Amino acid sequence: MKSALFAFMRSMLSSLRDLAPIILVIGFFQLLVLQQPIDNIFSLLTGIVFVVMGLTFFIYGLEMGLFPIGEDMAHAFARKGSVFWLLLFAFALGFGTTVAEPALIAVSDEAAEVAADAGHIATTEEAMESYATGLRFTVALSVGCAIVLGVLRILMNWSIQYMIMGGYVIVIIVTSFAPKTIIGIAYDSGGVTTSTITVPLVTALGIGLASSIKGRNPMLDGFGLIAFASLLPIIFVLLYGIIF
Amino acid sequence: MEMIELLIELFIDTTLDVLPIAAIIFGFQFLVIRKPIKNVKRVMIGMLYVLIGITLFLVGLEQALFPLGRLMAEQLTDPAFIVGAQKVAGELRWFDYYWVYIFAFAIGMSTTIAEPSLIAVAIKANEVSAGAIGTWGLRMAVALGVAIGIALGTYRIVTGTPLHYYIIAGYIVVVIQTFFAPRMIVPLAYDSGGVTTSTVTVPLVAALGLGLAETVPGRSALIDGFGLIAFASLFPMISVMAYAQFSEFRAARQHKRERQEKD
Repeated sequence: MKSALFAFMRSMLSSLRDLAPIILVIGFFQLLVLQQPIDNIFSLLTGIVFVVMGLTFFIYGLEMGLFPIGEDMAHAFARKGSVFWLLLFAFALGFGTTVAEPALIAVSDEAAEVAADAGHIATTEEAMESYATGLRFTVALSVGCAIVLGVLRILMNWSIQYMIMGGYVIVIIVTSFAPKTIIGIAYDSGGVTTSTITVPLVTALGIGLASSIKGRNPMLDGFGLIAFASLLPIIFVLLYGIIF
Repeated sequence: MEMIELLIELFIDTTLDVLPIAAIIFGFQFLVIRKPIKNVKRVMIGMLYVLIGITLFLVGLEQALFPLGRLMAEQLTDPAFIVGAQKVAGELRWFDYYWVYIFAFAIGMSTTIAEPSLIAVAIKANEVSAGAIGTWGLRMAVALGVAIGIALGTYRIVTGTPLHYYIIAGYIVVVIQTFFAPRMIVPLAYDSGGVTTSTVTVPLVAALGLGLAETVPGRSALIDGFGLIAFASLFPMISVMAYAQFSEFRAARQHKRERQEKD
């Protein structure tokens, strides 16, 4: 009991260390550059305590829950040897974790506003809503396909370098046909799709697969799923912008 | 009181986020794999910890850091502040915004160090590489990449140059580096582009981009406000590969020196 408590205190300290740079930056700019007092110091301090505790709990939960379940499922699918179910699982994981992502909902609403502003769609509420929903499903579909592609790569031992480079070439080509207003949103959409829960789960899935298939190296083959999940949405959103 | 409301609200939000993921995992576990989960109790407790962790984390950020960070982004991009620092009203040139670039660099660096998904990937990379990739080394490399990326992104908004020129140039650098970087690091470097931008970085960086695009003359918040996240996902790839190349170079030199000493 005592040693568990000690371990917990130690990870709290390391979380505090992770957070220290933000506190320093904000303090520096507030006091020295903008030269304004920090009001409500009490709520600031309680907030910091919450963040530190949250980070500590998250890292504990990661090692106990998310990592093991991701890897166990990868092992189970590899033993079962059913590629179809594995790919379906990969797609469901990518699609399901993205479609309800709050950051994505916010971005697609803004994107609808941009499109209406530029005259690509009607400025009615209805048109904007259907554009935003369409975009959201496009991105979710692209993340689903990305995880499937990444899992296929691990199974077939395709080279990630050439796939990513091929992806870049497609991005560049599609960019030159896309309307100017969608480019910023498309490039950003690659970054916002991967949430705090998806990343550990997908990483564990990749590493679990790479370590349970003979001839694969977890370091060389296990990583890369997130890379696809940040590249494919760019292409899909640019295409969406061209079509609508 | 307000804090408790926020706590409950965010806990429900996070739970709703996790529900589809849990449904997929347990659905496949029971219907397809049809085997009991190993250490089911421990895994459940772990998931609960993740939920509690993310909730507390978000409440703390909402309570303390986000309001201050957003306000700061607004104040730093306010023309009154920029002109005041220069003491001559008139045409603003790109370097008059130097505090914005410094803030962008500092906030990009510091938020990335605290980004939970990056911590997760760093833990895994350290474990898989049997310690060869240090968690701190990787996180610092990624943080530096995000910092440079966001600083350059704010410069782009100020000058109004097209986003895709920067991104395409960045892609070319990534492709060239891929041929020279140690093979082991390449997939991890590609991944590090996507993991950097989530809970902590996006809200603060978005506020900065929006504030800047609103106040710089001739920019539209809707069009130019976007693009910072793209920079933050591109540059870590470059910096992580550069970090691996540098470590390899240093190790090679060390090795050579040791051999020379022996001779």
